[in-house]
Amino acid sequence: MKYSNFMEVTFKALSVNEGFARVCVASFCVQLNPSVDEITDIKTAVSEAVTNCVVHAYPSATKGDVKLRCELEGDQITITVEDKGVGIKDIEKAREPFYTSKPSEERSGMGFTVMESFMDSVEVSSNSFGTTVKMTKKIASCPCEVVG
Amino acid sequence: MQIKSRVHDKTLYVLLCGELDEHTAPYTKMTLDELFIKPNFQKIVIDLSELDFMDSTGIGVMIGRYKKMKERHIPIYICNPSPHAEKIFKMTGLYEIMPKIV
Repeated sequence: MKYSNFMEVTFKALSVNEGFARVCVASFCVQLNPSVDEITDIKTAVSEAVTNCVVHAYPSATKGDVKLRCELEGDQITITVEDKGVGIKDIEKAREPFYTSKPSEERSGMGFTVMESFMDSVEVSSNSFGTTVKMTKKIASCPCEVVG
Repeated sequence: MQIKSRVHDKTLYVLLCGELDEHTAPYTKMTLDELFIKPNFQKIVIDLSELDFMDSTGIGVMIGRYKKMKERHIPIYICNPSPHAEKIFKMTGLYEIMPKIV
């Protein structure tokens, strides 16, 4: 039977929580013995996904929640970042490199491109009630002897 | 984020220490703009040897500074990026406007 484990945290969509989200996922993933490179890839992808929630999901002053879930299944990590915000109108466009819906704010528009480059897969689903980003990555250096 | 700076040989050296993300970007932009507005240098070198983390927000910060300094014809160079920052710079083509120096 494959080793499996998960954790889930919910926090307010504030930029101050980005560092927390990165450290939280990185600490949890340590049990798969990832390389420094792999853990930095994961931290960067989580940071991008949470930044999107912070910047785009809740345009009003009252910020909603971000739910961050991390599942381990064998040597695979699945990270889900979910908000209950306004949603993404055009996902295909949002995923284009250098596209930003806020060009006046000095944003690179590279968030999804970075997630796609650093993770094995990135799925985005969105409607007017929120957005979910699901990312997976296999840990090449994961030791087979990890047991539950 | 902590930002250290010095001017030597008409070059402004800026050392970014800490993490550059959405949370630290406003302070980073403001501090760099305050340093960059001074007239006592002809080029800028941004040293990333003490930068522990950066996501694509950092690219937005860099491009914003580049645009401002371009008007004054002052070039900006990057040095000592982490392998990870380097990956993001190459992916976004940042080195084309802010070349890497050793």
